[in-house]
Amino acid sequence: MPETKPMEGNHAVAEAMRQINPDVMAAYPITPSTEIVQTFSSFVANGLVDTNFVVVESEHSAMSACTAAAVAGGRVMNATSSQGLALMWEILYITASLRAPVILTVVNRALSGNINIHCDHSDSYGARDTGWLQIFGENVQEGYDNLIQAVRIGEALDVRLPVMNCLDGFLVSHSYELLQVEDDQAVKDFVGPYQAVNPLLDLSNPISVGPLDLWDYYFEHKRSQLDAYGPAKEAIIEVGKEFGKTFGREYGLFEEFMLEDAEYAVIALGSAAGTAKDAVEALRADGMKAGLLKLRAYRPFPAVEIAAALKGKKAVAIFDRAASYGADSFPLFSEVTSGLYTAGQLIPAVNILYGLGGREIIPDQIISVFRTLPSVAATGQPVDPVQYVGVRE
Amino acid sequence: MSHYAPDAKYQEMAPGGIIPQAGNAVEYNTGTWRLQKPYRRDEDCIDCLFCWVYCPDVACWTNGDPEKPSVKGMQFDMEHCKGCGICAQVCPKKCIDMLPEGAE
Ligand code: SF4
Ligand code: SF4
Repeated sequence: MPETKPMEGNHAVAEAMRQINPDVMAAYPITPSTEIVQTFSSFVANGLVDTNFVVVESEHSAMSACTAAAVAGGRVMNATSSQGLALMWEILYITASLRAPVILTVVNRALSGNINIHCDHSDSYGARDTGWLQIFGENVQEGYDNLIQAVRIGEALDVRLPVMNCLDGFLVSHSYELLQVEDDQAVKDFVGPYQAVNPLLDLSNPISVGPLDLWDYYFEHKRSQLDAYGPAKEAIIEVGKEFGKTFGREYGLFEEFMLEDAEYAVIALGSAAGTAKDAVEALRADGMKAGLLKLRAYRPFPAVEIAAALKGKKAVAIFDRAASYGADSFPLFSEVTSGLYTAGQLIPAVNILYGLGGREIIPDQIISVFRTLPSVAATGQPVDPVQYVGVRE
Repeated sequence: MSHYAPDAKYQEMAPGGIIPQAGNAVEYNTGTWRLQKPYRRDEDCIDCLFCWVYCPDVACWTNGDPEKPSVKGMQFDMEHCKGCGICAQVCPKKCIDMLPEGAE
């Protein structure tokens, strides 16, 4: 039976993993995702799952083992954060290129240096070009729901790509919220049995994996990989709808919060989107037509869909929780505005850098940003759109 | 077809860049890489088979006789010999010469 109980983000992810019962988990613990690995390893030790838990000596080995296990023909999961994800770098590209649908929960934490254990999105953003799908959750429930959906999305036969289930370190991973835990069997039925494609352990159909691929075929292989991201978008929408039908919580590429009739909009992802909802509600009560676009799928990036949802807005503020050093503006801003340009919508936009290394963001700060948007709309696109919120200056 | 045609389009690639058929390396011509080719002087050869063992491309053939294996009089596989010279290097009798590609 489904039940509602208080649970932290990390425990919720481990709980979803218990229900999914993957074939292999190869993990190396790192703050703030340690509890996922720790909790799940106790499930393994207590016989609650059949998972083969592989103890490794680093994240590089963890992702190597996960990729190999997925190529061999198993359903594979893992969890990490920050430096752990950075150490997986070399293998992340390989996992995606091999079309191995590994599921990795990334509990977002700032990258060193200086060393920091708190939330920002530099780790996931840094891996945005690796070929992994990236789905961001706002709260504990979404961390749980997104993991269950990630299995279906990554394993869809026209997708076959690894998925990162991203949630904010400490803000979500260590926060207790009321979680709707679905029935074990209902979750198992939703994800279904694993369907291996060209598994290496199918000895009657031997294949070679990862051969040398030079100027004569590499480009064709990469071009064929690029074709998987359109179907991935469709899979996110379809699986989100089916999840809604089954469990009552529907998901899409992004969530529109009071966006339709809004004149001014904020775009954000992760837990700050929850904070932005409070800001939007306060401003609506005050007479401003404010709205929020909470991005869920960062990869594949729904540029066309975002542009359509922003059509007619007078000005937008795009919130980034990671810098791109040496760039003119930061990742989410660059991608949203590029999509707007391509759609022929030159909406004045500002880029807010906030929350690095776990710096708090509160509704009042987002309200202040909204309050600047009418003058942005009146004067047009600022020469330097980048603004900082929450840094002492 | 057990390998991709040289002009195969991206739509024809197997997902993940795998090679879906086993044992087709034989169809990949590495002989075009060669700058030098091995030439064995059979009169000095003692059939120790070092050249056969060490050739990384299985391009140094024997007569295939399990009782009396011999390289004498055998060709090198010029579709796959890439001219690395390892056979000449390991030959204890120094009876394999590396000749410039194109020499008679
Ligand atoms: S030159 Fe190299 S590839 Fe050619 S037969 Fe000798 S060892 Fe083999
Ligand atoms: S290594 Fe030299 S001596 Fe030995 S079999 Fe080959 S050619 Fe003959």
